[in-house]
Amino acid sequence: MSTSTEQSTPSPGAGAGQTDPFGPPGEPVEGRVYTATGQDWQEIADLQAERGDERIVVNMGPQHPSTHGVLRLILEMEGESVLEARCGIGYLHTGIEKNMEVRTWTQGVTFCTRMDYLTPLFQEVAYCLSVERLLGITEDVPEKATVMRVLLMELNRISSHLVAIATGGMEIGALTVMTIGFRDREMILDAFELITGLRMNHAFIRPGGVANDLPDNGIAKLRDTVAWLKKHLPEYAAFCNENPIFKGRLGGVGHLDLAGCMALGITGPVLRSTGYGWDLRKQQPYCGYETYDFEVPTWDTADAYGRFRVRQEEMWQSLRIVEQCIDRLERMEGEPVMVADAKIAWPAQMSIGPDGMGNSNEHIKHIMSQSMEALIHHFKLVTEGFRVPPGQAYVPIESPKGELGAHLVSDGGTRPYRAHFRDPSFNNLQAVPIMCEGGMISDVVVAVASIDPVMGGVDR
Amino acid sequence: MSDRPDEKGLEREDAPASDTSLEPTTGSDDVAGPAPHQVQIRRGMFGAAGSGDTSGFGRLQRVVEMPQPTAPPYGGWFDTVADEMAQVLPAGAVTAVVVHRGEITFTIERRHLLEVARALRDTPTLRFEHCASVSGVHLPTQQGAEMHVVYHLQSMTHNRRIRLEVTCPDADPHVPSVVSVYPAADWHERETWDMFGVQFDGHPALTRILMPDDWPGHPQRKDYPLGGIDIEYKGAVVAPPETRRSYT
Repeated sequence: MSTSTEQSTPSPGAGAGQTDPFGPPGEPVEGRVYTATGQDWQEIADLQAERGDERIVVNMGPQHPSTHGVLRLILEMEGESVLEARCGIGYLHTGIEKNMEVRTWTQGVTFCTRMDYLTPLFQEVAYCLSVERLLGITEDVPEKATVMRVLLMELNRISSHLVAIATGGMEIGALTVMTIGFRDREMILDAFELITGLRMNHAFIRPGGVANDLPDNGIAKLRDTVAWLKKHLPEYAAFCNENPIFKGRLGGVGHLDLAGCMALGITGPVLRSTGYGWDLRKQQPYCGYETYDFEVPTWDTADAYGRFRVRQEEMWQSLRIVEQCIDRLERMEGEPVMVADAKIAWPAQMSIGPDGMGNSNEHIKHIMSQSMEALIHHFKLVTEGFRVPPGQAYVPIESPKGELGAHLVSDGGTRPYRAHFRDPSFNNLQAVPIMCEGGMISDVVVAVASIDPVMGGVDR
Repeated sequence: MSDRPDEKGLEREDAPASDTSLEPTTGSDDVAGPAPHQVQIRRGMFGAAGSGDTSGFGRLQRVVEMPQPTAPPYGGWFDTVADEMAQVLPAGAVTAVVVHRGEITFTIERRHLLEVARALRDTPTLRFEHCASVSGVHLPTQQGAEMHVVYHLQSMTHNRRIRLEVTCPDADPHVPSVVSVYPAADWHERETWDMFGVQFDGHPALTRILMPDDWPGHPQRKDYPLGGIDIEYKGAVVAPPETRRSYT
């Protein structure tokens, strides 16, 4: 956790004369720098005690197991109290938005799914809804595709909340919450694998619909998943809700009231833990959410414990929506899952071949030996892509972490002129200073976990 | 495929000046610069350059223009917001209104931005209390307004969303910061500075946020190369994406 510096002596303390590896070359070290190399904590503590100065700056991360990925927290401490907390981000910046500008509109899905890797399907839906709005085909997306999107999103919401609860529990020592959280998430990932072919980074939702229909055993498998979750979701409540240690660690920690949330633009469970039931699925429905029966859970403590309870209850509400989706899908067998417009519908008919997922043999036969025009069309659409009329669109959806917005600008070409994602974690991390300053360092971990940031989405 | 060998693949980035005509905004003062819609003429069919055109499609011309400013009435609550804004904002603050695809965009004169933001947040009938996102768009063909900064505001009280757009020339990339009105814009403005080089005057600490502190350049500008590298696969090489044949 300490700042490290190159040194030849085995002593962990370094003073004047050393160079700072993070500063400009040759610049002398400001203050005293300790290098923690393991098994030397006592020595560092003794050296610091000798100085008699309790005020230190701790670099927590970017490689720290409690910071949810490569988040760097710069904490100015007086003893164990945090005086100032700042976030350093950007360690996972991969230029996804820039890369999307040189790929076709359809290929963009493959990129944005990798942003927040715990909620891949939400980025895909936000992006596709935005492309569809620019194309003006929002009304033409088949009903079955929309229901499948909702189904996948709500399953994804559960899996994302499971990771939030699991890692949050792990960081305060509740290891069983971690093991059962990942166990249940695995069940959802299995369902994803069956439907989309991949556990994560699906690129399954495409502009105009979804890539593939449900597999034959899809409904049965989904019913099994729902039954599993119904059986095991109560365990989180049984383990945690009234657990005195759990409540003691989370209660009153990371407090952020409604006024603070509004000023900092915080959305999602953090906002709902203040008692304000703002959920875009209810307020500005998309994908037909107004036709589903569900509630928006809130809590009134505005702390980490409230966010835990909000997430827990949201998983149950998502499960309700999933069940309604399965019922609808059962009645929709054989319906299309892609827009009828062949100029937009990606020719991605897939079927399970001997080697797992593969191209549909019928489609290959059609384009290779029956219709030259179909081959030309396939080739043009896959290599060149479709054109999107000029304009811009911003489509916000309710991701598990808050408002996820996809802002797309088109200049009428086959590729996005500009793609920007308003990631909820990016915005919500701004609340770290107000949540942590004045508290203890052990509460920093709880406060950050209650925001549930995913650095893939923050840094994009 | 183009019959003009000097044409580059990414025509929209490197379009010659003759390919681009810009129209002044209707009803705005001259300081505002060109219109928020971009007019561009694309030639040829494929956009790929350097391979002699044998198809005869090279002489095709297509005019590409962004959505034009809309005249009132805008429909629905758009008129309510526009009328209310006209009352509380100084004259000339809003230079254009575009209603497109069910979204409303107000182009704001940049020197009025802070007043506009404050009025939008504080007027009870407007009450846009949530600044969802700030981001940039680089349009090198719009001379005098190359940099666009886009604000997405939301009123949770009235359940409405609007978009503000502010332009500034590349030579003078300064836009007032709205952090004093919307603290949420802090990191978003830092990201826009980092990626586009737009300087937000009045921002408390306008430093890079995603790129390293000593990074040269602003990566999401259109004149910044993608920097792709060849992909080697079993001895064959696939060109980096930005140098592959492109279709405009």
